[in-house]
Amino acid sequence: MSNLESIKPFPDSEEMEISFGPQHPATHGVLRVLLRLDGERIVDAKPVIGYLHRGTEKIFERETYNGTIPHTDRLDYTAAATNNQALVGAVEKIMGVTVPPRAAAIRVMLAELQRIASHTIWLGTHALDIGAQSPFFYTFEEREKILDLFEEYCGARLTLNSMRVGGQPYELTDGWVDRCRAFVDQFPARVAEWERLLTANRIWKLRTIGVGVISAASAIEWGLTGPPLRGSGVKWDVRKVFPYDRYDEYDFEIPVGANGDTYDRYLVRMEEMRQSVRILQQCLAKLPDGPVMAKVPKVIKPPKGEVYFSVEGPKGELGFYVVSDGGANPYRLHVRPACFINLQALPEMVRGLLVADLIAVIGTLDIVLGEIDR
Amino acid sequence: MSEQDNPSGAAPASPQPPAAPKPPWEEKPVLPVPRDAREHAQVRELAAAVADAVIEAVEFAGQVTVTVGRERIAEIGRACKEKLGYAFLVDLTAVDWQDRPEGRFDVVYWMHRHADSVRLRLKVRVGADTEVPSVTGVWKVADWMEREVFDMFGVYFAGHPNLERILTWEGFNGHPLRKDFPLEGIDTGAAVYPDVFPPGGGPVAGGEGE
Repeated sequence: MSNLESIKPFPDSEEMEISFGPQHPATHGVLRVLLRLDGERIVDAKPVIGYLHRGTEKIFERETYNGTIPHTDRLDYTAAATNNQALVGAVEKIMGVTVPPRAAAIRVMLAELQRIASHTIWLGTHALDIGAQSPFFYTFEEREKILDLFEEYCGARLTLNSMRVGGQPYELTDGWVDRCRAFVDQFPARVAEWERLLTANRIWKLRTIGVGVISAASAIEWGLTGPPLRGSGVKWDVRKVFPYDRYDEYDFEIPVGANGDTYDRYLVRMEEMRQSVRILQQCLAKLPDGPVMAKVPKVIKPPKGEVYFSVEGPKGELGFYVVSDGGANPYRLHVRPACFINLQALPEMVRGLLVADLIAVIGTLDIVLGEIDR
Repeated sequence: MSEQDNPSGAAPASPQPPAAPKPPWEEKPVLPVPRDAREHAQVRELAAAVADAVIEAVEFAGQVTVTVGRERIAEIGRACKEKLGYAFLVDLTAVDWQDRPEGRFDVVYWMHRHADSVRLRLKVRVGADTEVPSVTGVWKVADWMEREVFDMFGVYFAGHPNLERILTWEGFNGHPLRKDFPLEGIDTGAAVYPDVFPPGGGPVAGGEGE
């Protein structure tokens, strides 16, 4: 303390260190950010993570390949379907399995519904953090409808465990397609409703425009993926770059922002929900017939080798790196977590901003600590 | 990643004449086989950019892995980024091959080039007590990834600005993703009750605790 006082340039001002979180509702879980503040202004921020570490990658090593799928549900627990998709895709790649077209279409539908569900949580909580209470209630109403569709398909609402190596475990239930279509048809009107609440809202714009700016070059340098990257104007999406599960057969756009601020990331995610609806409509219109499971051995024993496979999750590129020694358990199964990498850019994005803006930036990064800490 | 797994325009699953070949999902899966990739375009490019960089090159399931020298990884990473355009480090992790004579760990770098959307994997072999040059100076994103590898495997990165544990806490004993770390975990009382258990007081996993 005495040392600090001796170097103080302005005797009547002082820097303060505070711990923001880990138990704070605006950190979306157990994130702790050590802040160095000059008054209300952030001099530096240091995220401290690991409070939710469960050793998932260690647990993977004792499971069979299909046995790891329930563990992936618990990584990003707001987007279980895309986590499942990344894992089974990685194992199918190392096994050389081709998924039947109907299974691929079901996967795409689950993944796009999951993307919408994840973005509705993001919108509700992000707006709530910034002070707009009402969108939260409307977005969760829509999310509830998606969870009902999931429940009907696989019996679970959050931790879906909805895919298997080689295809899908279940056929769609009777009437699922109609109920999904009913949801999809009414959803764009809901997005428009939320946009009417926020997009031109003066307070919303004041709180988000120019906040948490990251340039395109900087975003690539920090390895950002997903909406944080696209908000900075980089047109990059795994679904387009490395199409999996026949994404190349669907017609959809990749929305990009221009300024790399919180407002642009908001616009990108809103547009992504509309594009997901477009993909869902195409799936429902031309859902192929046929089996939902490929011919795969009962015990999955991939050959010796290593493979990385990634999908475009709602938060960014979610990848799995599988190393097999030829046995029935993965020798090493590493997750490339999108949120973990995106969170790393937080100090860069908040330096010089106010504490209240930190809340907006944490919200706009759309982090889930289950995936960060694993 | 560069190839697409699903064939486009596949036959519909409706009843077919017996002569038609079965669609791939009704056949047994075709296992990928590793192939020597010294003549692969990506490897040749790397060999041209950095002299004597390539120790071994393997292609497996459409992905190219190049093993390079441990001491030169930062230099080769920089060449990959600046000369070859691999601006995006997608992933960095390690694999523990417990008793392998040529070095216990593989540290694996997975890079992406935006211009033509190709990816390349670099790999270095590391002994249990040797350091790897840090690539944080090349890609900023490597910071937390290297911290995670240090935390989980105990691989040291020379020149890392802030090499501390990230998912476990300071004073945690051992490195959980090493193969000799017990799956059921260890008594972690050491950090919760520092006055009862001094730091480093828990059982030592693998005999190489901090």
